[in-house]
Amino acid sequence: MGRRPVLSPTIAQLLALSFGAAVLGLLALIWAIAQRQFSDLDRGARVIFRPGEEDRGEDPTAPQSELQRVLPGTPEWDTQEQQLESRRRADLSVRAPVLWFTVSATVWLIVGSLAGLAVSLKFNLPDWWVQTPALTFGRLRPIHLNVVAYGWLSMAGIASALWLLPRTLRTPLRGGRWAVAGAVLWNVGMVLGVGALAAGWTDGLEWLEFPWHVDGLFVVAGALAGVPLLLSLRDRQVEHLYVSTWYVAAALVWFPILFTVANWPGVHFGVEHALVNWWFAHNVLGLWFTPLALAAAYYLIPKIVGRPIHSYQLSLLGFWALALFYSQVGVHHLIGGPVPTWVVTLSIVTSVAMVVPVIAVAVNHHMTVLGRFRALGTSPVLRFVVAGAMMYTLASLQGSLTSLRSVNTVTHFTHYTIAHAHLGAYGFASFVFFGAVYFFMPRITGVEWISRRLIDLHLVLAGLGFAVYFGALTVGGVQQGLAMLDVDVSFVQSMVGTKPWLWGRTAGGTLMTLGHFVFAAHLVAILVRAYRARGEPSTRTGHFAEAAS
Amino acid sequence: MSEPNRASFSEAVGVVVGSAAILLFAGFALVAAPYMQLSGAPAPEGLEPYTPEEAAGRAQYVSLGCMYCHSQQPRAPNQAPDTARGWGRPSIPGDYAHDYPHQLGTMRTGPDLFNIGARQPSRTWHLLHLYQPRAVVPESLMPAFPFLFEVKAKAGEDDVVVDVPDPWGPDAGVVVARPEALQLVAYLQALDHTYEVSVDAIEANEEVP
Repeated sequence: MGRRPVLSPTIAQLLALSFGAAVLGLLALIWAIAQRQFSDLDRGARVIFRPGEEDRGEDPTAPQSELQRVLPGTPEWDTQEQQLESRRRADLSVRAPVLWFTVSATVWLIVGSLAGLAVSLKFNLPDWWVQTPALTFGRLRPIHLNVVAYGWLSMAGIASALWLLPRTLRTPLRGGRWAVAGAVLWNVGMVLGVGALAAGWTDGLEWLEFPWHVDGLFVVAGALAGVPLLLSLRDRQVEHLYVSTWYVAAALVWFPILFTVANWPGVHFGVEHALVNWWFAHNVLGLWFTPLALAAAYYLIPKIVGRPIHSYQLSLLGFWALALFYSQVGVHHLIGGPVPTWVVTLSIVTSVAMVVPVIAVAVNHHMTVLGRFRALGTSPVLRFVVAGAMMYTLASLQGSLTSLRSVNTVTHFTHYTIAHAHLGAYGFASFVFFGAVYFFMPRITGVEWISRRLIDLHLVLAGLGFAVYFGALTVGGVQQGLAMLDVDVSFVQSMVGTKPWLWGRTAGGTLMTLGHFVFAAHLVAILVRAYRARGEPSTRTGHFAEAAS
Repeated sequence: MSEPNRASFSEAVGVVVGSAAILLFAGFALVAAPYMQLSGAPAPEGLEPYTPEEAAGRAQYVSLGCMYCHSQQPRAPNQAPDTARGWGRPSIPGDYAHDYPHQLGTMRTGPDLFNIGARQPSRTWHLLHLYQPRAVVPESLMPAFPFLFEVKAKAGEDDVVVDVPDPWGPDAGVVVARPEALQLVAYLQALDHTYEVSVDAIEANEEVP
């Protein structure tokens, strides 16, 4: 890399040293894991099962008898009574904070989807809604992004994390009130932030638009939501921290650091500002949404199919490799830009190294389901989560590929990147959170979803809509990128070529939004049902279809 | 169940401390080290600071979100034909010495604007383009910004009138630029980084300090 023969330790040498140390550390971890093959690590994977629960599976959206037809466990579950009772207490202990976060997230999902749809339409109809500054493209777009990122994904992720804690720590949630306060404050921050953006008051950086005056609220709110984690950790009744807890704990450490550093006013400048911008923006996905969604997937997949995660060792490897590599990939968004080449190179190297944790997670998830694929036929939740897990693999491998300079030269500055971002944030994270909400709502409210068909309708609308969305923007984006590289094609032509694909995006986005309305309506319905059933003894374990049918 | 044992405790501490340490390491590599390297970069001699009018226009550019469709970072000729399109030489860190917040952008729904002031210096063109982009570029999908203008029955003495061709103008009266439009155009006209920079300055970016 270096051309100047400098003998004193330079930044590059320090970096090379640290990077070498990171890789060595990873190798040491692999070695240590290999040495402890027969240690009690495997018991860590079984933390999520009570004695006798393995092979039986759990899914509040599928009748147990149906699940039992495809899983090897015994259909008698009355013997589990006492254990189920303790799990029920754990689930009910999270009710208030999880409901707050889930309902808020869903409201923001609807707002964000409508904003996204409007933004998409504005590409097709540039003279539509142009009279009001608040509705101009350049303001609605950041409103869409911030609402879905910080309103929907973050709040849904915190909801699912809070619900996971008592189940993985085997203690009722401690200090849930702190999290409720956090949810309220988070919503205040969202309303103020969105209002500021509509008024044109923005920090002016993608993913960091909310004015820094408002950003402090999110740090405090996030810290409040983290209090139950600490209190529950202290009271845990397990010998091992399940891997989901690892991801949740790390995410709650990472996000406040990132958010504070990147938003700090008056420190950053010029090109360095751009580096901070993209270091942060990619880490929001990699070190915030991803760990929260992986935490949910690591719990839900084994739990539903009733089998411990394929390799607990592999999941630890995946965790540390994700931390090491994902934290440094951000600058691949500035390939070809006016930033020091060595920083870009570092990000490309770590982007490619991301293959390690991604394959680790992919092998783990898919091997766990292997042989029990029939559970997909009975469990709507599993369909959401497995689809999400598959899109995590695809999004990550696509990300590694796109960071290569030759590929990036084509795709940079095009709609391809938008499609890729949605594959991670929507195809992966949102799908997993949808699955998590479908799983935990019956458990924490004690009543059942109205209809499995509605869940399936949501899945079909979201899945089909997203396929259209992703396909249109990916093809249109590559075509746009190739046109921009061809000096014989005028710039205007490169833009005109995208127009039909942009209509494709609107079509896909419409289907996705319809799916979200189905989801939100279903959520309202179950809340009404829970409200009506208040005071009555709640359904004991939620095997609703057996009671209903 | 039994008391949580020591292994579990150190596991929790390990996760929290380890994950924080790794992020700090990444922050050093991607934020602190470039901060140290770039904070010494001098502004090129040809780069003028923004006038108050231009700075106000830049605030409009940020506030209206122009960055979501327009980049400000021409790439090198060996990577892309940006220079051949008239977008200028590849930019260097010093070019952005007066830019806060940065507006490098990541999207080219519209063209790169780093040298739009040199490529299209006409205020008349910019005002009409902002009022109705399709009046000058029929295929354009840029939104119109009518709220940066007002329609008056008769122009005042100091008013800057925009001559809007049919069928884009109002039914009656004249279109007059508001101060926001004039500021924004002043900023666009100031986007001119065509001054010479030394080859060293470009190559310095390729080097490792």
